[in-house]
Amino acid sequence: MGDILVVAEHLNGALDESTFELIGMANDLGNSVVAFIGGSDDMIGQLGAASKVVRVDAGADFNPETYGAALVAVADHVNPQVVLTSGSSMGMELANMLSAQKSWPLAVAATKVSIDGDVKAESALFGGKIIATTNLGSGPCVVAVVAGSAPADAGRKDGRPAVESVDMPATAGKVTFKKLIMPESADVDITTKDVLVAIGRGIGSKDDIEVAEELAEALDAAVAASRPIIDAGWLPKSRQVGKSGLKVKPKLYIALGISGAPEHLEGMKNSSTIIAINSDKNAPIFDVAHYGMVADLFDVVEELTEALD
Amino acid sequence: MKIVVPLKQVPDLVEDLELNDEGTGLDYEYLKMKLNEWDDHALEEALQIKEGGSAEVIAVAVDGEDVDKMLYTALAKGADKAVKITGANPYADNQELARVLANAISGMGADLVLVGVQSAGDRDGWLAPILATHLNMPTVSVVTGLEVNDGTATVHKEYSGGIMAEFDVALPAVIGVQAARQTPRYAPVSKVRQIQQSASIEEMAAGDVGDVVTSTVEEMRHPEKSGGARILSSVDEIVEVLKEKGVV
Ligand SMILES: Cc1cc2nc3c(=O)[nH]c(=O)nc-3n(C[C@H](O)[C@H](O)[C@H](O)COP(=O)(O)OP(=O)(O)OC[C@H]3O[C@@H](n4cnc5c(N)ncnc54)[C@H](O)[C@@H]3O)c2cc1C
Ligand SMILES: Nc1ncnc2c1ncn2[C@@H]1O[C@H](COP(=O)(O)O)[C@@H](O)[C@H]1O
Repeated sequence: MGDILVVAEHLNGALDESTFELIGMANDLGNSVVAFIGGSDDMIGQLGAASKVVRVDAGADFNPETYGAALVAVADHVNPQVVLTSGSSMGMELANMLSAQKSWPLAVAATKVSIDGDVKAESALFGGKIIATTNLGSGPCVVAVVAGSAPADAGRKDGRPAVESVDMPATAGKVTFKKLIMPESADVDITTKDVLVAIGRGIGSKDDIEVAEELAEALDAAVAASRPIIDAGWLPKSRQVGKSGLKVKPKLYIALGISGAPEHLEGMKNSSTIIAINSDKNAPIFDVAHYGMVADLFDVVEELTEALD
Repeated sequence: MKIVVPLKQVPDLVEDLELNDEGTGLDYEYLKMKLNEWDDHALEEALQIKEGGSAEVIAVAVDGEDVDKMLYTALAKGADKAVKITGANPYADNQELARVLANAISGMGADLVLVGVQSAGDRDGWLAPILATHLNMPTVSVVTGLEVNDGTATVHKEYSGGIMAEFDVALPAVIGVQAARQTPRYAPVSKVRQIQQSASIEEMAAGDVGDVVTSTVEEMRHPEKSGGARILSSVDEIVEVLKEKGVV
């Protein structure tokens, strides 16, 4: 049984929660856990739940080219059974590059990993409508794990494990990190609201957002949205809930015409109460919602607003 | 500048997804397929670059059911050329698809390969970074802003919480597009029909795909209903819940 190599993800000098989730998950699998870190040495003191850290001086900021090359070098050094990355923007990039360069099997969108001779991963596919179990063989292999699939506390422990260094390998120098761009300040902070009325593609048109705004007003709530609404330019980015948007945890989250794709659930599944209204009875949002109504949202929302006035 | 955009069809997620008898994959026979929405964004971004300066846009797809219609639609939207790869598995996962596409694209002289960041069924990886490795090109995925100047693409890669990183990428490169600068355009059926009369689709044989990294799907299933959501059937019931939770 080889080691499990966990990619420690960081942004702006701070470790991402997924790092602790993955270390906790890896420890549960029973193998020895080695963490790879490409950024500053300062963060290593938080990786006490790993048995060893391998550091490469790959630059303070993530760059797919340098971090990808560093991870390949670390994988050669550690010779792991499994490499775990986050399913994030950075983690997915690294998992895929490693898989392609080393010809190691890969499973993405994983929510569970098990090792019983063979490494197996369960992935949520097709917008969460299908669950697939992949057998990746006995290793080495790579798994990209969806954020929030394991508790972070299990892998969070202060302490500095043994550190080994691997030299930064040469790269072609074709990708240059320029800068981080921080979000513009928002008119409404959806992360501090007790109640959110969230709209998805089912709202159909920009003009119909008004219906959701009226409901939000009646509930002293803010309007949030899934990604397609933001990509269409109908609401500002600061209203986006999910993987590439904001994580919210309101007392009440009302999802209108949102299918419940894994990338959306990442941002809202820990809300205290979730009410979903969707015309598709098989929409995955009903699997995380506490209350659901299979209906055309337009048949419900206006009537609900009136009932509240 | 030459921009290649691989296009792929995926099941329409609004439909019920039937599984095959073995429970190891989808039963594609009765599935309604549509263009992967992120590929549509990649194509739109390519057309935007073309319209903002000059570029030749080539749409590439593996032959399969309704692929001609998808490629003619790309031409109707403004692509200059459509290429269909024959003799490959249209339902192949991304590791195999990346090999097939790398074969086809390597001889095209592409400056930019724009790929949808993800597709609905991605199980064994994302197409863009795997394809980039086989093409030996630099790559950045989850890109929402793209600007090309003198052999360099300046891209914005999205992280979470609205944070982005800016990178310069030397061309040729493979970019995984998350969202085009504007909503993908629509091609009216009449225009697609018209293109079908006047344009043609080039064919190219898949050739030897070489070694593909594989993994085995042991099982595919619908998620078990956790019995989670209590189903409400009237607005009054919703109001009751809101009262119970102290929201109103
Ligand atoms: C890297 C990456 C990051 C991503 N990040 C995010 C993110 O941060 N946040 C996010 O939300 N998504 C994100 N996505 C996109 C995600 O995969 C989904 O595409 C998206 O969440 C779908 O949004 P939706 O549910 O509104 O639309 P759809 O999936 O199209 O669902 C629309 C739903 O509305 C229902 N509906 C339609 N009409 C009505 C009606 N009249 N009444 C009631 N119901 C109706 C339909 O049944 C359907 O279930 C990301 C994707 C990628 C690849
Ligand atoms: N009434 C609706 N208005 C807007 N979007 C919808 C509606 N019904 C379903 N959708 C979603 O919009 C997506 C895109 O639809 P289309 O543009 O037809 O491919 C579909 O996959 C549905 O999930």
